[in-house]
Amino acid sequence: MESKEHRTERMNAEKGQANIGKGDVLMEIEDLQMHFPITEGIIFQRKVGAVKAVDGVSFNIRRGETLGLVGESGCGKSTTGRAILQLYRPTGGHVRYKGRDLVEMKGEELRKMRRNLQIIFQDPYASLNPRMTVGNIIGEPLEVHGLAKGKAKQDRVRDLLRVVGLNPNYVNRYPHEFSGGQRQRIGIARALAVEPDFIVADEPISALDVSIQAQVVNLLEDLQTEFGLTYLFIAHDLSVVRHISDRIAVMYLGKVVELADRHELYTAPMHPYTKALLSAIPVPDPLIEEKRKRIILEGDVPSPINPPSGCHFRTRCPLAQEICKTEPAFIEHRPHHFTACHFAEKALEVLPQPEETVA
Amino acid sequence: MEPLLKVNNLKVAFKTDGGLVKAVNDVNFYLNEGETLGIVGESGSGKSVTSMAIMRLLPTPPAVIDSNSQVIFKGQNLLKLKDDQMRKIRGKEIAMIFQDPMTSLNPVLTIGKQITESLKLHMHLDDRAASRRAIELLKLVGIPSADKRLGDYPHQFSGGMRQRVMIAMAISCDPKLLIADEPTTALDVTIQAQILELLKRLRQELGTAIMLITHDLGVVAGMCDRIQVMYAGKIVETASAKPLYANPRMPYTIGLLNSIPRLDSEGQDRLIPIQGLPPDMITLPPGCPFEPRCAYRQPVVCQAKVPELREVEEGHRAACLFDITKETPIPEVPAPEVVATANDVRISPAG
Repeated sequence: MESKEHRTERMNAEKGQANIGKGDVLMEIEDLQMHFPITEGIIFQRKVGAVKAVDGVSFNIRRGETLGLVGESGCGKSTTGRAILQLYRPTGGHVRYKGRDLVEMKGEELRKMRRNLQIIFQDPYASLNPRMTVGNIIGEPLEVHGLAKGKAKQDRVRDLLRVVGLNPNYVNRYPHEFSGGQRQRIGIARALAVEPDFIVADEPISALDVSIQAQVVNLLEDLQTEFGLTYLFIAHDLSVVRHISDRIAVMYLGKVVELADRHELYTAPMHPYTKALLSAIPVPDPLIEEKRKRIILEGDVPSPINPPSGCHFRTRCPLAQEICKTEPAFIEHRPHHFTACHFAEKALEVLPQPEETVA
Repeated sequence: MEPLLKVNNLKVAFKTDGGLVKAVNDVNFYLNEGETLGIVGESGSGKSVTSMAIMRLLPTPPAVIDSNSQVIFKGQNLLKLKDDQMRKIRGKEIAMIFQDPMTSLNPVLTIGKQITESLKLHMHLDDRAASRRAIELLKLVGIPSADKRLGDYPHQFSGGMRQRVMIAMAISCDPKLLIADEPTTALDVTIQAQILELLKRLRQELGTAIMLITHDLGVVAGMCDRIQVMYAGKIVETASAKPLYANPRMPYTIGLLNSIPRLDSEGQDRLIPIQGLPPDMITLPPGCPFEPRCAYRQPVVCQAKVPELREVEEGHRAACLFDITKETPIPEVPAPEVVATANDVRISPAG
């Protein structure tokens, strides 16, 4: 069995790429914007506005790490994931993979690049073609990228099934013959087939039963160790994200409002939204639930078509002041701890502390 | 004191082309006045079917409710009532909140019309009195400028607001019992916190008994007096909330609590998943339904008969032949492999 570093090196050599060591920046996302136009008219479509799903997001992802991306529905976390992979073409900003800008690429060049960048979807029922056998689903990317054919492809597919914990004899079965957790394993095998560096896991366990979720989380962790994968793990469940991530970014209405190391984010959250989010998550322990203080936010998330000026969170924020009508800068308040809030230091002190709200 | 609701020997099955799906298998429980009972289980465990059976909302056929089953509410068996008698109870004495507030509201009627409907039917209010009451109710559930929103349609409300409208409708006739079937599953966590807070407040102000059905062990922890865990159509553990979490006695409950990462846990230790898959509800194993996945299983004994729900401590009952606690070491025998066998391939369960 070749070692992990060795394997990565070999894979990179095969792909003709420079070696990037563990801990170096693999993905660089700079001021990413994804605005969807709203049009009116039937024949002549006039643009009357835009849904600013992602509105200026910047962060780096280092080789071998898991970056968690959390937020509520509609905050733009899934759109961010897809815009990074160029499944949506961003309307602004840059996405650099090993220094090369994916936004500038198109056609054949981009298609070849996709081999390194894969995605696991949320819904294992909708993301597998019901008319294809499992073998064809997992084998297709191998053929598309010219990696294996015929017998070699069959062998590789069987290998992949084994890797994700499924019986290799299932190659000729159809997706409907599998349960949700097993289907998610098939989706993972498909993503792994082309030996990618970077995988966007878009809510990979949200559609699964509680007792199955842990199986898939463990599988993702094992695969990361075995193949040296880098993950962008998108989820709304902060407990799972805490478990799996090294660093965590919190999104609200198209912007990243806080980014910090896992431990730091949960013990010393600085953005009022992060604090409220953490306090809202139920803990499965009645003794803790009895004592906890909750920050109950008023109202709903505003529309991304017409977001509030300045800080997007100010309409629901317990600390909002006049100054919040100007946009707060995304500043490194503590080492490796970035927050976009005018009152970050105050929020840290004034709002209930994590030990009161979390445990 | 006679409990408000008593469910005896409830058995529900569905006729399908693949065979008889035994969704609920001999469920017995009670609910006192003003009490909050949590029912926890995964999809296919029978928790929703139980509540639909209580409300008599299951179409028969395909559903088959066993003739010995009883749902005693205020001294009468709901399963034996005529349809028009049941209509007087449904929505008035027992009300229900569903998971998805978009599909459970009528999109072509204003919410004012939908709330006043039950007020006129059950409380015999006239138009004006009903509207006035509807405004009061919307205020009670925290909808701003309630009087203006009465003429709005469901699509003009957000998910959280729609769930508030559903709750307003449910409490409109002062029900004795409110069945909430995954009331927050479709909502974001900050909105979930709002809705749970609202349910707690209403419970205090109105004294309604609540049956809260969910898959989330976190949601019930802060809400419920008593909790029962369902697996494969059976209640496998029941206790007051605190002992259930502090000292679970059924391997399934222990497994569930171990397999979820907790917000308050520091470590990044590996999760301990429950192996395998939930059973096929058509071909249930003869013994304990959890046996194939159980870390503590003793195949010969466990496969022989279905364990009864027995008292392990006062007020704490578990369906396991052995005295297992969180501290019981997991035996060395390797747990069944994740790799599925042909039998695991299952027809998707209802719900």
